[in-house]
Amino acid sequence: MNLTIIDWLIMLLYFAFVLGIGFALKRFMKTSKDFFQAGRSLPAWICGLAFISANLGAQEVIGMGASGAKYGIATSHFYWIGAIPAMIFVGVFMMPFYYGSKARSVPEFLRLRFDEKTRAYNACSFAVMTVFSSGISMYAMARLIQTLHIFDSLFLKFGLPLGWIFHLAIVISAAIVLGYIFLGGLTSAIYNEVLQFFLIVAGFLPLVWIGLKNVGGWSGLKAALPVAYTHSWRGMTNAQNNPLGVEWFGLSMGLAFVLSFGYWCTDFLVIQTAMASDSEESARRVPLIAAVPKMFFPFLVILPGLIAVATPAITQHAMMQSAPTLNASAPPATANDLSDPAKYSRGLIPPKVNPVTGRVMTDERGTPLLDYDLAIPNMLLHFFPTGILGLGLTALLASFMSGMAGNVTAFNTVWTYDLYQSYIHKNASDSHYLKMGRWATVGGILLSMATAYAATSFNNIMDTLQLVFSFVNAPLFATFLLGMFWKRTTGHAAFTGLVSGTVAAVVHHGLTLPADARPGIHGGWITVLHSYPSQMAQNFWTAIWAFSTNFILTVIISLMTKPREESELVGLVYSLTPKPVEHHMAWYARPKIIAVGLIAMLIALNLIFR
Amino acid sequence: MNLDLRIPMGLMFLIVGAMMALFGLFTRGSAIYERSAGMNINLIWGAVMLVFGLAMFLLGRTSDRRAAGKPIEGTNRPLGGRGMGH
Repeated sequence: MNLTIIDWLIMLLYFAFVLGIGFALKRFMKTSKDFFQAGRSLPAWICGLAFISANLGAQEVIGMGASGAKYGIATSHFYWIGAIPAMIFVGVFMMPFYYGSKARSVPEFLRLRFDEKTRAYNACSFAVMTVFSSGISMYAMARLIQTLHIFDSLFLKFGLPLGWIFHLAIVISAAIVLGYIFLGGLTSAIYNEVLQFFLIVAGFLPLVWIGLKNVGGWSGLKAALPVAYTHSWRGMTNAQNNPLGVEWFGLSMGLAFVLSFGYWCTDFLVIQTAMASDSEESARRVPLIAAVPKMFFPFLVILPGLIAVATPAITQHAMMQSAPTLNASAPPATANDLSDPAKYSRGLIPPKVNPVTGRVMTDERGTPLLDYDLAIPNMLLHFFPTGILGLGLTALLASFMSGMAGNVTAFNTVWTYDLYQSYIHKNASDSHYLKMGRWATVGGILLSMATAYAATSFNNIMDTLQLVFSFVNAPLFATFLLGMFWKRTTGHAAFTGLVSGTVAAVVHHGLTLPADARPGIHGGWITVLHSYPSQMAQNFWTAIWAFSTNFILTVIISLMTKPREESELVGLVYSLTPKPVEHHMAWYARPKIIAVGLIAMLIALNLIFR
Repeated sequence: MNLDLRIPMGLMFLIVGAMMALFGLFTRGSAIYERSAGMNINLIWGAVMLVFGLAMFLLGRTSDRRAAGKPIEGTNRPLGGRGMGH
């Protein structure tokens, strides 16, 4: 990669501003509320942009571009039905309980609504997950920096060994994230998430523009791709007929309902940004504001994947010559077909190359595997000249960091309030907890670094971790749904339901297997009772089983145990809480009216891209 | 919170936009723009970012000034010298 001084300047400038914001905020961090909850004083638009940014980490940007290249526009289901309805629901119905209950975190809400053991279970599993996710993010970033050879020329200039790039990437990203959170707490994390939001838009919008122009606009793109790529609902009646390998029921129940509501409505990583806003009205508006850009993000992160596939091979060969770093790791072609990676690429997507042998990797049938994760990075390298290339890479790096930062602030809050203050050291002074929060940030970052290094020595640790997270998260939404909307739900029932939901997810995974996978990490490690057409279908159905098990068990056990006094549940349960009044607001500011508008836009988008 | 995000964010976009636009101005007609479909994307996009940054910065400054002019609740003192321009 040929980076010049201007690219480095843009990158440096960004990092200077990121840390500068941390320093500027330091003097406002007087109490633990300032540090962990941003003083509950931020305007709704800032929290709203941070709400989607917190989720827009590395895996998201790279992964969505990759799925766009692999599956086409159907990937936008993850954004449209896979996020918008849940965001509307949490804003209109659930936020009054999170914000109004004065809980400082999602696990704390569980203690107010249910009991201590439900909170402890949720707090522990959540804290562990945040640390691991931020470590995975860190690892992914360091690997990408290595693959793209961003620092290579710099290292060669100073005579440093190239093997240090990975360590340098980990240490620098950790130091920067640590720096700005240690100084400015959640406010700093949220501000930087907003900064990152605008950077991603600024970096990716010209990419889509140039890319589309190059393939001849939307009509040119459509002509260059198979028809299923540009239609999101085609073939959904049957799992075999569409690229995702999922039928409409699995998609709408598994993704749109269980997984998406479970994430957007219960994950403290995103909820914390809404809880930092300055009033309950703002808090309700936060997810609704976030839903608007979220709806259009497919055009920014998924479309580049499609363009990468459609970009004609002729230009691509030209690029290969001008930017030979892309396959610099591969040895020169020999007579053997599989050792010439250039032959197997599709558009801008290169095949996966075994780093040891330099040969193209194939699946069990001998078809070459493509490295879809390089769709977006290759687009940047292909279309951006020096100057704006620095901006694009900065946007990419920013997304990795804010993915980490959201996890770290969620971790320090849950650790300090829900574990340390509740079980280790009660009744200490506020300044003690503020100090604890700062050190929890350090601890969280160190643990993330440990995870990142663990990922380098154990090949499938990332897949394993993500699998475990999905087991823990899948049943969550049933507990919150029943807790908030059915006053009869009891603590014992919630706890048992939650644990058995996770067990159900594990068992379902052990009994089923996606087609053409071997038993093991992909499932079927007990015995194979059922086979799914794709791994995605299996994931969705695992979630459906976990949710249903939790829901049914929680209802049955609630009916058998003694409910709490109704007076204790005011502000925690829908039927016992006064409804938020909206008529003093201007009509366009009322959450319910915004919600209706959002649904109309969502339907329109699905009709246009049906 | 007393720091309006729009000020540092506006400044950042302003500086990055200006840098890119200037760089684009000096590299007009250069071969590097063959990649970006022949458009001088540095100049175009730099200008867009410059305008965005300027707008953000000015918006942030105006509301910061207004907040500084407002008296502290219960007194008639204004909020001191903070945010009164640079």
